[in-house]
This record gives sequence, C-alpha cells and structure tokens, in this order.
Amino acid sequence: MLAQQGKWIGQSVERVEDAALLNGRGRFIDDLGAKPGTLHAAILRSPHAHADIVSIDTAAARASPGVAAVITAAELADITAPLVAGVRAPIETRPIAVERVRYVGEPVAVVVAADRYLAEDALDFIEVSYKPRPTVIDPLAALAADAPVLHEGLGSNLVSERHFTYGDPERAFASAPHRVSVSVRYPRNTGSPMETYGVIAEYDPHEGAYDILANFQGPFSIHAVMARALKVSGNKLRLRLPPNSGGSFGVKQGVAPYAVLIAAAARIVGRPVKWIEDRLEHLSASVSATSRVTTLSAAVENDGRIVALDWDQIEDCGAYLRAPEPATLYRMHGNLNGAYDIRHIRVRNRVVLTNKIPSGLVRGFGGPQVYYALERLMQRIAVTLKLDPLDVIRRNLIPAGAFPYRTASGALYDSGDYARAVALAVEKGGLDDLRRRRDEARAAGRLYGIGYAAVVEPSVSNMGYITTVLTAEERRRAGPKNGAQATATITLDPLGSVTVKVASAPQGQGHRTVLAQVVADVFGLSKDEIQVSTELDTAKDAWSIASGNYSSRFAPAVAGAAHLAAVKLRSKLARIAAAQLNVRAEDLVFAGGKIFSRTNPDAALPFARVAATSHWAPATVPDDAKDALSETLFWTPPELTAPTDADAINSSLCHGFIFDFCGVEVDRVTGKVRIDRYVTMHDCGRVLHPGMVEGQIRGGFAQALGAALYEELAYREDGAFLAGTFADYLLPTATEVPDITILHMESPSPFTPLGAKGVGEGNCMSTPVCIANAVADALGAEAIDLPLTPAKLAALVHGEEPTPPRDMFKPRVSKPGERRIIGAGETRVRAAPELVWKMLLDTDVLASVIPGAHGVKKLSETRFLADVTLGVGPVKGRYKAEIALSDLDAPKAARLSGSISGALGNGEGSGVVHLAPDAQGGTVISYTYEGAVGGKVAAIGDRLLDGAAKVVIGQFFAALARQIGAEEHRPGLMARLLARLLALFGVRR
Amino acid sequence: MPRLNAGTRHVVRFTLNGRPAAFEVEPRMLLTDALRHLLGATGTHVGCEHGVCGCCTVLIDGMPARACLTLAVQAEGCEIRTIEGLAPSPARLSILQAAFRRHHALQCGFCTAGILMSLEAFLATRPDPSAEELREVLSGHLCRCTGYAPMIAAALEAAAKLREDAVHV
Repeated sequence: MLAQQGKWIGQSVERVEDAALLNGRGRFIDDLGAKPGTLHAAILRSPHAHADIVSIDTAAARASPGVAAVITAAELADITAPLVAGVRAPIETRPIAVERVRYVGEPVAVVVAADRYLAEDALDFIEVSYKPRPTVIDPLAALAADAPVLHEGLGSNLVSERHFTYGDPERAFASAPHRVSVSVRYPRNTGSPMETYGVIAEYDPHEGAYDILANFQGPFSIHAVMARALKVSGNKLRLRLPPNSGGSFGVKQGVAPYAVLIAAAARIVGRPVKWIEDRLEHLSASVSATSRVTTLSAAVENDGRIVALDWDQIEDCGAYLRAPEPATLYRMHGNLNGAYDIRHIRVRNRVVLTNKIPSGLVRGFGGPQVYYALERLMQRIAVTLKLDPLDVIRRNLIPAGAFPYRTASGALYDSGDYARAVALAVEKGGLDDLRRRRDEARAAGRLYGIGYAAVVEPSVSNMGYITTVLTAEERRRAGPKNGAQATATITLDPLGSVTVKVASAPQGQGHRTVLAQVVADVFGLSKDEIQVSTELDTAKDAWSIASGNYSSRFAPAVAGAAHLAAVKLRSKLARIAAAQLNVRAEDLVFAGGKIFSRTNPDAALPFARVAATSHWAPATVPDDAKDALSETLFWTPPELTAPTDADAINSSLCHGFIFDFCGVEVDRVTGKVRIDRYVTMHDCGRVLHPGMVEGQIRGGFAQALGAALYEELAYREDGAFLAGTFADYLLPTATEVPDITILHMESPSPFTPLGAKGVGEGNCMSTPVCIANAVADALGAEAIDLPLTPAKLAALVHGEEPTPPRDMFKPRVSKPGERRIIGAGETRVRAAPELVWKMLLDTDVLASVIPGAHGVKKLSETRFLADVTLGVGPVKGRYKAEIALSDLDAPKAARLSGSISGALGNGEGSGVVHLAPDAQGGTVISYTYEGAVGGKVAAIGDRLLDGAAKVVIGQFFAALARQIGAEEHRPGLMARLLARLLALFGVRR
Repeated sequence: MPRLNAGTRHVVRFTLNGRPAAFEVEPRMLLTDALRHLLGATGTHVGCEHGVCGCCTVLIDGMPARACLTLAVQAEGCEIRTIEGLAPSPARLSILQAAFRRHHALQCGFCTAGILMSLEAFLATRPDPSAEELREVLSGHLCRCTGYAPMIAAALEAAAKLREDAVHV
C-alpha cells in the first residue's frame, strides 16, 4: 500500500523539536533531576588490559565522607546473572569484572555517595592489587596456538567459526582467468555522541521491580538481556527513555550493561542511584565498532566482470561478547555481493576475542567493514587488469530490470536503478571536470587521485539475521527468529485532537516532526495539530524486541507503521462521519480540518467533532467503527523470514543505493589529505523530509571522514589504551569537513508503507573506502588501511622515518598497559650548587612545598614516601609515591628513581639531575627524565600527557628558581620539585 | 578576592542572563555543575569536561569560556550569559536561533548551546564575517550530527539579517 501524495510529506518543514533545543530547554537525562535522596555513582576501572584481581580493599573508601556503599563483583554475585550474547559460548559477561580484568577501563568497583564529587574522592581510596597477565590485542595473534587465552572455558580466543557456500565458487575460481585479492584491517572507531551515557535507577523491594531511566537507543531485544541479568521477569523491569538524547549513532545501545550495574547498585543501597558517564570513560569503555581483518578474493573475467567472491573475515569483538554481538559480522550477510551481480560466494567467518573494549552498535554496523574490503577490491581489480575503475564498477552492477533481486546469500533487494544513479552522478557531479583537475595536478607534480565507491545500504534489520551465526541444526533447537516489528499508537482525545506515540527512541533525528507530517497527511490536518511523543516507557507503551532506533529503520518502518495506524483510524472515522452525514464512507475526503463528501462538499463535519464522537457518544457510533479512540498497530514485513537451512538470509528489508566519487590531494611533504571534491549520490526511496535526509548524509559523511582520516580507538600492542580524550580521539571539526555535493534519485521501496528506505548509515559505509581509493590512486599504493593519518601516508611517500637516536637512557621495554614519557630541560637558580644539593635532601622542606602533597615520610637518608594529588587533563587522582636517590655525586649529580601507584594509574621511571655552577655564583640545573605510566592516566594520549609533563616540570623548576630567589636560605625546594616530577612520572631506574 | 578554603562552601554572587544570581559552592565545584545542578540552568551541556568539545561554552563578561574549565567561584561578580538568555521572549527565537532552525543546523541539540554562545559573541564583534571566519569559530566546537555546513549557512544568514536590522534601527 502506498500513501497518496499528501501536503506535508516531502516538505522540509521546520522541526518541532528545535525551539526547545535552541533555548536550552531540551530534556536530556542529566537535565531531568532526580528524586530527593538520589545517590551518585562513580566507577573504578581497570588500568590493566589483562590481569588477575588479587584483592580489593574498600575499607578506606567506605569510610570516606558521604559514601553509602562500595560495590564490587562480590556484592553483585547474588543479585545479577551474566549478560547473554548473540551466540552461546562459555564466556561469562558481567557488568563488572569478576576476579579478572580483560580490558583497560573495565569496571572493577562502584562507589555510591551523596554526590559525584564525593564518589570520585572515594575511588582514590580503593586499593586493588592486580597481577598482570600477558595480553593479546591483534586479532590474528589472538588466534595463534600460544596466544594468551581470555576465557579459559573457551579454550582459545575463537568464539565462533562458520563456513558458507553460495552457488559454486570453487568452479568459478578454477575457471576464471584472474584472481585478485585484498587484505585489509578495519580499525576500531566509534560514534562518540556528544552526550555520554546516563542512568538513573531505582529498585522497589516490595514489588521486586526495577525502574531504570537510561538514554538507551534500542534494540529492545536488549531489554530481555537486562531483565535476565537483573534476575527479574520482563514486567519487573520498567525501562524508560528521556525525551531527548544527545546523539547515539548506535553507541547508546551499549549503556545496557551500565544500566544493569547501576540498577543493582540501587538495589544494594536501597536508594535511587544516578550515574553520568564522563568522556574518558566513554572513549575507553563504552562501545567500539568491531575491528576486522579481511582477506577478500575475486574470480575475475578479462573485462573485469566478477564471477565469484571468497571472503575470509576475522571479527574482533574485544574482551567479551555482548549482545547483540556478533551481529556486526552478520548484519551484511545477505549483502556480501554489494551492488554487484555475483552469484558465487564463499565465506569463512571467525569471531575472536582480544584485550580491548567489547564491541557493539556503531553507525554503519558491519557496512564499513564489508565495503572497505569490497570496494578496495574493485579498485585493485581495475589496477591489476589495467581497466578504468568506474568501468569495473559499471560492468558488475545489478541490472535495473532485475529487481526485486535475490542475492546469492539470500537478501532481497527491493528496488533501484544502479546504472542510472551512477550515470546521473557522473554527469551532475562533474566527473569529467574532476578528471581534468587530476590531470592538471599530476602534470604539476602533485599527488592527486580519484576514488569511487558503490554501496548498497541496507536498512530495517531482520532480527533473525543474527542467528545466521548458528548452524541450521542449532537454529532448529533454538526456534526460528525473524522480523522487524514496528509499532505506533494514535490516540484521539475528547476534544478531538490527535496524539501519536511510537517506540522509536530518537537521538536527534527529528522523528516527532516527520511523524506529525505523516499523520497530518492522513487526517487532512496541519502538522502543528499533531502531538507526537517518543518517550518510550516499557511499562506503558506498546513495544517489541525490534523497537528503538537502529538499522536506519525510522522512515521505512516506524513512520510507515504510524501511517498505517492513522489510515486504520481514519477508516473508522469515515464510517462515523458517513453515518452522520448520510453519505458513503468511500466518498469522504479528509482535508483542511474537515471531513466532507467529494460528491457534495456541503456535507461536511469538523474533524475534531468526528474524532471526539467515540468519547462523548459511543452508543451512536456504528458497529463497524467501534473504539475509534486509539489505534495501536504492529507492523512486520513478511519479506523478513528466518535463515533457510542453506543459510540464505534476507538480512534487511530495504536496500538503498549510494554512489560516491571524490578527488583528493596528498601533500607530498606532510602526507596530509585534502578533499578537493566529494560527490555522493543517494537513492533512499521516497524522501519524507529532504532537509533531514540531507542532515543524515552530511552528518554521516562527517563521521565517515573522521573514520577515514583521524579516528582510531588506538591500543598499544600491550593493551594500553591510547585515545582517552578528544585531544587524542580526533573528531572532525568545521575546518576539516569540506562541503560536499549531494545528489538524489528516488526508487520507492515496494516493501514499506511509505516507499521510504533508510538513509542514516550509508556514507559511513561508502565514504571511508571512497577516500581510501582516491588516496591509493594518488599514491599508487596497493595496501592502505584506515585511518589515513599524515604519518602513515608520509611513510608511503617517503618510506619510514628513522628512529631518532636516544640520549643517555637505554631504551627500556614497556610493561603491559604502560605509556612512556621522556624529556629534558634546564633552568637556572641564584643559589650555589651546595645549597641546592642540601635542599634536595631535606624532607621537611619537601613535605611543606610539594604541591598537592598530603605528607612526605622519610624512610632513610635517600628514600622517601609521599602522598600526592596530581591532575593531568581530565584525570585527577591521588597517588602514593616512593622515591629513592642514588648515584649521589654531591653536589653535582644525582639519580632519582621512583614508583607511584594510585586508583588512576601507576608509573615508574628515573631522572638524572645535574647541578653546575654558573658564572654568577648560581646553579644551572639540567635534567632528563624517562618514565612509564600505566592505567587511566596512560589513556590520556600523547598530546596531553607529554604536554602536561613538560608544563608540570617546567613550572616545577620555574617555581624552584622563584623560591630560591625569594628565600635563598630556605632549603629543600629542589627536592620538592624533583619529588613532584617523580610523583607524576615515577622516577626509577 | 577572599581566601577560599577547600572544605567550606562560599557564597558566589553574579548575574545570570541579566538577573542577579547566587550559589553556595565548595571551591572545587565546576561552573557547569553549579549552573546545571544548583540553579537548574541545564541548557549548558557537558560533553567532555576537558575543554575540547565546546558544549559548555558560556559568555563570561561577554567572552566565550568553557564552563567545564571554570570554577564556580570564579563567577563572583561576573556577568554570565547562557543559552537560556538568548531568546528575546519565551515565544520568540532570536535571529540566530531562528536561522539555526530554518537551516536544520542542529539535530540532537546537545552541542548547540555552546555553538550559539560562541557565534553570539563572535557576531557581536564581527557583524560581516566570511564563511571561512565562521568555520574557524566553529572549529572550537564538536558536533557529531550535522557536518557543520548548515551551521555556517545559518550564521551567514543571521549575520546578514542582523546587519539589515541594524541599518533600519
């Protein structure tokens, strides 16, 4: 059923959401306030990538002011159960570490206190003793026989392996004249919404029920996971969503384990508990897209036609498998041929675990990983066979007459005309001009390239696709799973006004505006007369497992369901009006706030009066129009069937098409990429609101640009997390995002009520590889992995930079979870070396002058113990520092060694200080330091950490100079300066 | 300035959006927390608490500042403006706000408060900015939804409208 052309659909009306947001009256979770007596939680997280928890001492933290409870795995054991995942495996996933930590950032303890400041204070007093284990970060290394195993019950790090064959790939590969392959590594990145996670939870012991308010985004299949983890039935877990959510891009699905954690904490303390995640927590321990190692081969004819594909995908889901994972690997399973007509496909899928943050939903969800390999392969085929890459794409496109097209692995592509979309993009996007620009740039000796990407964008996920990870036999045992239920409720009140409720959980996509447009068109009302609520409450609203906002399902599924519910209600209203007007219901028209007969427009009634009839005079309503008060409609598309015994799966309902091309220039010296022009052509079916579609494309493009050039949740080989701040995890800003050319064509979907398809994720699939193809073209590079940082590209242009020579320190091997810092400096003071030397050894002076010191104890003439508070960037914490002086050469030189430990990190290292007399009777103090830090502090990346080191040490010596100047006879300043240095970086050989 | 003690609360008086305001805070409390949780001015958002994202930008004596890097006690005697003070009346949007709505320059709206405050301050000193200058101003903010282009279009349009209004006054 297709909607008749209405007045509102298709218009870029101003959004009903915006006035409140523009005035600071949004209602995000942290804006809502909480019940009196609500306590606040802060979470202690693992500084180690992999370690046994030997002991946790919470006594001091419990005695800290305002603390109600300190909760560890032991306290949660009885009231929580493991979080189940998308595949049964002997892995226990809990919201808090049990006896062992497996990634940096994993929750170890929760402090619940009167306010957040007090809760964070108390974190510093929890003493955890860890015994580090070997770590594994690389997914290939994780598969090795001697790899450290994360979960002993599993026996290895391989959670799942499945082989699939569609068609006859073996024969195709044997007979094709060419075999072209690519090996790519898709990195870890994330959506990083501007609002972090938030949870406010409460437990009612009398009803045995939880009430959780969280900025969760769905899918609500996770509600079942949460209820089971909290050991309650579904109706004892009321999950509510705030009216506004500050972006999600999939990521806010990952609030679920924290909702369980905070809810259980609320039960323990008997009070409501609130937790708002901070950014460092978010980057290190919320959710990441999967990283994936893919080897993809094609059997290719001489003209570039692909006859078969051979996929080998190794999916890295991090330290634990969290529901719905390993869904990222299977979301695209029906689309492994992309936009191309390829009948023979072989697949080997492996899911591995590594010491990284567990993976989850991130915009694009499996698409970026698949298309990075597939479209790189298309470019490599062109280069290998010396063909035009655009010709290779064109020759393989699914022909327009083939729709609906069943792919080899089971997807049913609903509609499209890919060749026409490409032709339109080439013409309107000015490809010829771009080619000229490339030729000119190259003639001038510049590195310029053009890249292409053709992508099928799936939307409205089949909830059953995840079960493709199981064998047919396992699926039979578990029972079939399929569908994509969408729901909408339309209510008429006694004044005849219309309210729409949906379980769509928007995070800024303007759902309320579009639903008002859709429903206004059905009833012939103004969009401003329709009130829309998207605040889902599982205790009161209609919902199902597919509810929520993901897989770009709003326009095709949710808006469609609202349309169908309105149509159903309209037909009842038509019968009521027909009886009152004495005309035929089929002749009635709903327009301009009236219901009137098309044959006799004078026979008219106000819409509101008819809509209110069932409230005021139900007995007068005809039998076939009873209960015209409220209509709740559940819609599921019949096309979304469960996987077949042969593993064919229609993984999504709709399939939009995108064709992108771009021109980029790589700076020959710096390796920096400049996007010269970017053209993106979209066919997302019928467009409901052009302004919002453009917003989705621009926003998706900007995120994809970040994934292509800047963003990586980077880990060092030993598991240290290196991207804990926005100074390290670089989101594109306005100066990085170029203007783009957006083109459209519309092939309505025959499978959705309004003909719409999803559009929100496409550029996250097409753009990274389109840019990579252009860069590969510019550099003539064969293998190229994201992110395309200047350092990486400069290395491709110039070869690797030689390692700079190290000075007086022997290079030192880092331990797992550490970050190294080195530096040197010099300062002058007016006091003579002898005086400075004396100060250096004076403990009392040390104690009184070290900034942030709570006390210094002298253990011996050359050993000190200090308790200090230090902050680097957003990470401030209390540390214990042990400092020793050695290699004493009075009054010329000394070595200071030390180690520090605290809740936020640990460190050790050493420094050498030289004192030399200057001509004016003063002293030149020169120093070098080398240290290694681990834990939360180490997650602060290079920019902040090295910068902070420089600043703190610089200030330290500047202060020394000042103090000596002011109080020349007061000794010990040198020592406090050095101690401060030590405390920060730990200084020991 | 009086000496502050870590454990004690101090009364801080200032003006918020033109009206006298006060809160009683420990010296360590951030301005963001005090505005949001003590005064209920929740329009100023917190996105990173390390001064990069710009969500929390407010105007302190006319200058844009990161409220997450400002201590509440530093507000003493200052004039503070936040997003709640932009609209000329509850039912009307300012010219800049209206331009943002017209151009779909916001989606989730979380970063919007800080961006509007920065642009408000910038347009007051630079009534005829180029797109390039606006891009520079916006580069102090992170938005994850829009890709920024509609914001620049909105700011250019608002600047033109403001100039026009200035001529007609």
